[in-house]
Amino acid sequence: MITTTDTILKKTFDVHALREQFPILKRQVKGYPLIYLDNAATSQKPQVVIDALVNYYTGFNANIHRGIHSLAEEATAAFEATRDAVKSFINASSREEIIFTRGTTEGINLVAATWGRANVKAGDEIIISTMEHHSNIVPWQVLCEEKGAVLKVIPVNDKGEIIWEEFLKLVSPKTKLISIVHVSNALGTVNPVKAIIAEARKVGAVVMVDGAQSTVHLDIDVQDMDCDFFAFSSHKMYGPTGIGVLYGKKALLQEMPVYQGGGEMIREVTFAKTTFNELPYKYEAGTPNIADTIALKAAIDFINENGKAAMRAHEDELLEYATEQLQQIPSLSIIGQAKEKVSLVSFIIDKIHPQDIAILLDNRGIAVRTGHHCAQPLIDRFCIPGTTRASFAAYNTKEEIDELVKGLHRAIKLLA
Amino acid sequence: MNTIRDTEKEIVEEFALFDNNDDKYEYIIDLGKKLPPLDEKYKTDENKVRGCQSSVWLQADYKEGKIFFSADSDSVLVKGLISMLVRVLSGRTPDEIIAAPLDFIREVGLTSFLAQTRSNGLLSMVKQIKHYAVGFKLKHSTT
Repeated sequence: MITTTDTILKKTFDVHALREQFPILKRQVKGYPLIYLDNAATSQKPQVVIDALVNYYTGFNANIHRGIHSLAEEATAAFEATRDAVKSFINASSREEIIFTRGTTEGINLVAATWGRANVKAGDEIIISTMEHHSNIVPWQVLCEEKGAVLKVIPVNDKGEIIWEEFLKLVSPKTKLISIVHVSNALGTVNPVKAIIAEARKVGAVVMVDGAQSTVHLDIDVQDMDCDFFAFSSHKMYGPTGIGVLYGKKALLQEMPVYQGGGEMIREVTFAKTTFNELPYKYEAGTPNIADTIALKAAIDFINENGKAAMRAHEDELLEYATEQLQQIPSLSIIGQAKEKVSLVSFIIDKIHPQDIAILLDNRGIAVRTGHHCAQPLIDRFCIPGTTRASFAAYNTKEEIDELVKGLHRAIKLLA
Repeated sequence: MNTIRDTEKEIVEEFALFDNNDDKYEYIIDLGKKLPPLDEKYKTDENKVRGCQSSVWLQADYKEGKIFFSADSDSVLVKGLISMLVRVLSGRTPDEIIAAPLDFIREVGLTSFLAQTRSNGLLSMVKQIKHYAVGFKLKHSTT
């Protein structure tokens, strides 16, 4: 059914106008126009984000928070404005719940090293799923090993969805934490995080959500979701690399021990005793990544101005079109056919190594990703050496998908 | 018999016939398809070359002072690359292999048209081949 809102979205969303804002999309690769389908790895950056970086360095570069001069004040104001923008973007209840990190990986490691170390004991259980990125496996493995806790893994079905009944069997009073990916980077599956959190509440477990892939596509409302922690990266949502966000519920963040020690995170330092700064600075030791943090606000503004819903409607259309087109290639199988899915297609082709496909596509200017996508246990679950993954952003077009399909036909002809 | 350098020069000349990457790839794929498959018994963890996204196995046999290589991969393109290495280095003495600078890799432009990750894989194979040569040399100079 086409609703009035859908019609309005379609009318206002102009992919060609959007593409104009990304200078890199004008470049050529190996003599062909770049077709960038590796957005789940990192998205390209619009001019406004690049400008924000340049403006900071050319106009008001200074260390923040304690400088008593104009540049420091301007830089501090811009830096803290990003915190407010993030707070609204994910609907956190206060700006103190927004901790800047290097990215999703650091956010998860921070929680494992602070909340985890303080709360997880021998015999406790931590639940993750088979479709986790290594970043949401290894920190918990390390913690479990250190504490004598047990890591439990929710299995997935052949479509790439977590098996709900199996999940329910794993949840018990021993469950201390559930850490789950919101959207799988290898399959595109959207996990039912709200339902998972509801189950966690019944046994008093804390829930961490890995939002690396979801934040650019889905509406994130951490209060409505009711997660305890939510981590994401700027660079996958049109922002610069090297900056990310950890959201945590204030009560938990206040209780947790500190992460790294150093400047910014202290209130008073003597050799006898150091007292720590208040939230959110308690977890932000050292001079932060000021430039990239400031430019993250430009990325958030960019998404808000274009409208997440309009961008998502376009991405959904691309996903549907790509799925349809790829399924027509006889030797191709799509890995990950979850009912709830966003913005990427992972696939294998009979008797052809994904790497060979990627090399030949690259020779036509088409960028895709191959391998285990840092989710090796998941790829092992499907008994394959890896997949080829095409992942979409709002600036991709159906014509680009047509070129991908053409490139695949050519690769199959040469390689098979 | 041809020296390592002679064979390298042959390969460089063959590649000079191609004026675009498409043809170079096609040629490498062709080489890969022609490389005889490695006996399954040699596809062991021990023979696996680390540092490649695809699986690569390299088997080395020592006969009358020379090393003979056979290899396989689940990637046809990688097989094509191995096939060139085997052509240049198989049937040589350990000393020849250890001393070979293998300039053809650069001269053919393999490193520039293979992305970084793939050329690392190629370099891992070269490293492994040289390891074998050093190993056989030590083993047979002491006995």
